[in-house]
Amino acid sequence: MSIEFDNNLPIYLQIMNYIKREIVTGKLKAGEKIPSVRELAAELQINPNTVQRTFQELEREAIVETRRGLGRYVTSEESKIMMIKKEMAGDLLERFIHGMQELGFTSEDIAAIVAEAVQEGAAGSSRSSD
Amino acid sequence: MENILEFKSVSKSYGSKKALRDVSFSIGAGKIVGLLGTNGSGKSTIMKIAAGLIPSTRGTAAVKSNTPGLKTKADVSFMPDQPLTESWMKVRDAVHFYRDFYADFDEEKARKMLDFMNLNEKERVTSLSKGMNERLHLTLTLSRNAKLYLLDEPIGGVDPVARDKILDAIVEFYNEDSSLLISTHLVRDIERIFDEVIFIREGEIVMQQEVEALRMKYGKSVDDMFKEVYA
Repeated sequence: MSIEFDNNLPIYLQIMNYIKREIVTGKLKAGEKIPSVRELAAELQINPNTVQRTFQELEREAIVETRRGLGRYVTSEESKIMMIKKEMAGDLLERFIHGMQELGFTSEDIAAIVAEAVQEGAAGSSRSSD
Repeated sequence: MENILEFKSVSKSYGSKKALRDVSFSIGAGKIVGLLGTNGSGKSTIMKIAAGLIPSTRGTAAVKSNTPGLKTKADVSFMPDQPLTESWMKVRDAVHFYRDFYADFDEEKARKMLDFMNLNEKERVTSLSKGMNERLHLTLTLSRNAKLYLLDEPIGGVDPVARDKILDAIVEFYNEDSSLLISTHLVRDIERIFDEVIFIREGEIVMQQEVEALRMKYGKSVDDMFKEVYA
């Protein structure tokens, strides 16, 4: 694993997001074991208590689970992983819409622009696959 | 839980020069704390008082509720900013020197750390580069099973590669039940390994803060805060 940290933001949040992304993109599979606190801390060169906190938060959100004596595992509930995906999509959308609104676009404008862009994107990808 | 290290209104003067003024702070168990300040701000004085090498002029310092001195030496492992080894020594001799001196020295751990640090036991300490010397002293310091580790400028004046290695070693080899106090003025490279930071300026504590809380509260890195405080 490698993360470019932004020291201006809480590190545990950055690791949380990183792990969530790894899960959503399938690099960390459902039910797969995740590294120990010690391993991840050494690998990322960060404070072990920060990693501990990250894992606690992920556990609280039921994204990882501890199996006593065995370590921590990614949840095997696909629905949970779907939920993370939706959550991340929601964040992206929110930022996008906020940015567009700042540029002065109305809701209708934004919807039209997105629809057009998606269609172009679809056309573009079908062309390139020809 | 009992604090591992506690300073209460500690002042220190060297003759007429005041090095520390009314310094109070505490370090809990299992914490890695950064003691941050520019050169001459009083970092090493705090380290030496905590290590029991010099007395405070006023106020009280305590390691696990004991005044630093003979009694606390078994609990405290101190890495000074000056090398402790003698010029006749090889790396192996330095390790044996520590082993003979400290009952809590873990030779097995030392061997593992030397390996990790790419240090050769047969090498003369005088032929080591500055970075290699820092690695050796960190090895000696962390190979003791102490309650409190005091590292005075462990990454001062070493190149980025050696710095990385030293940070790796700290995270990899420190004992989770003990606490670390690390002084430095090179904040950026090391801020991610801290639980808390203490800012000291002209012998006074400016701030003690949990680093994640600091990032959350100010939206700034410790490095940026540091520059602001000392600008």
